[in-house]
Amino acid sequence: MELNMSLDKIIIDAFENNSIELITTVPCKQLSGVIAELETRESMIHVPANKEDEGMGICAGAFMGGKRSAIIMQNTAIGVTINTLVTLTQFYRLPLPMLISYRGELGEPVACQVEMAVHTKALLDQLGIPTYHFHKPEDVHEIDEILKYTFMANKPVAILTDATFWKGE
Amino acid sequence: MIRSEIIKNLVPVLSGELVVCNIGLPSQEMHLFGDQPSNFYMLGTMGLSSSIGLGLALAQDKTVVAIDGDGSVLTNLGTLPTIANNECDNFILLIIDNGSYGSTGDQPTYAGKKTSLAAVASACGCDNVVECQAEEAVSVMEAAIASKKMTIIVCKCASGNIPVPVITLDPVVIRHRFMQSIEA
Ligand SMILES: Cc1ncc(C[n+]2csc(CCOP(=O)(O)OP(=O)(O)O)c2C)c(N)n1
Ligand SMILES: [Mg+2]
Repeated sequence: MELNMSLDKIIIDAFENNSIELITTVPCKQLSGVIAELETRESMIHVPANKEDEGMGICAGAFMGGKRSAIIMQNTAIGVTINTLVTLTQFYRLPLPMLISYRGELGEPVACQVEMAVHTKALLDQLGIPTYHFHKPEDVHEIDEILKYTFMANKPVAILTDATFWKGE
Repeated sequence: MIRSEIIKNLVPVLSGELVVCNIGLPSQEMHLFGDQPSNFYMLGTMGLSSSIGLGLALAQDKTVVAIDGDGSVLTNLGTLPTIANNECDNFILLIIDNGSYGSTGDQPTYAGKKTSLAAVASACGCDNVVECQAEEAVSVMEAAIASKKMTIIVCKCASGNIPVPVITLDPVVIRHRFMQSIEA
């Protein structure tokens, strides 16, 4: 739990240090800590979205309005966001860090989550989206470089965070 | 009156404003009648005009007008609670409600049947919801811009389309000149 809290803090600190000022979220159990941490920061506008494609639209508008933005979501949302990722985020060359809970991996208690997990990397690969997989807690230290890379490249970039990462062993 | 006439009439009122234009014919009509760098044309992504507009309004202080369609709002109905609960007084959402999916050949939408988008917006918690007729679009828009209050306008009109050319501007050019006009 304590390590989990520090992962949440490291991630949100990295967002803050990279001048991200607006974050949209649709929750996942694995992301509850990071969303709670986000809520404590005055420097960032948190806009809960009802659906992830809507969230990506808000992020696109915010970026064009001068605020760097990011989305926090579950990997099960990749299906509903494909059209938005390709016709908005990629077509207009907008940077979008996506912090994604990678449900359905080792340690998953819910069988249904595995069904989307087995397609997650293939879909991201098909879309040409740079993808980083956080499996061990120390992987979190790449986040700062990943965010810098995202805003350099003007692309959506996926950070998949699995249960082993969040468990912190 | 049909959508293209509303858009043509709104051109002078929207001159110099940040405008997000919905996919398909609304963008093409806006581009034909009143192209300006501060217009953001959606070339795809049906449903997200209001979301892009909200993000833009949250991120900076200038007035943002998002032009949307009834079919597009129905496809992204979750946008209305988000707008209602993230109030920003520089945001105006204009839903041109022709009761049809105009850009694809005027197939009827539920907004032209039993569903009232103005009532839905109010039920979602939006405070300043104005339903008007096509002929009132200009005066309602002027009042909304002057009010400096977040406003949702549902403008009812007849379905029907005129031939308009597609937009051949590159999306990166659209975004670049749009962002430059925000910074200016
Ligand atoms: C996901 C998706 N489904 C369908 C379409 C095809 N499509 C493009 S515009 C449009 C109609 C939009 O209707 P509305 O928002 O009412 O605008 P209008 O053209 O009537 O002004 C449709 C169905 C699309 N672009 N994307
Ligand atoms: Mg319509």
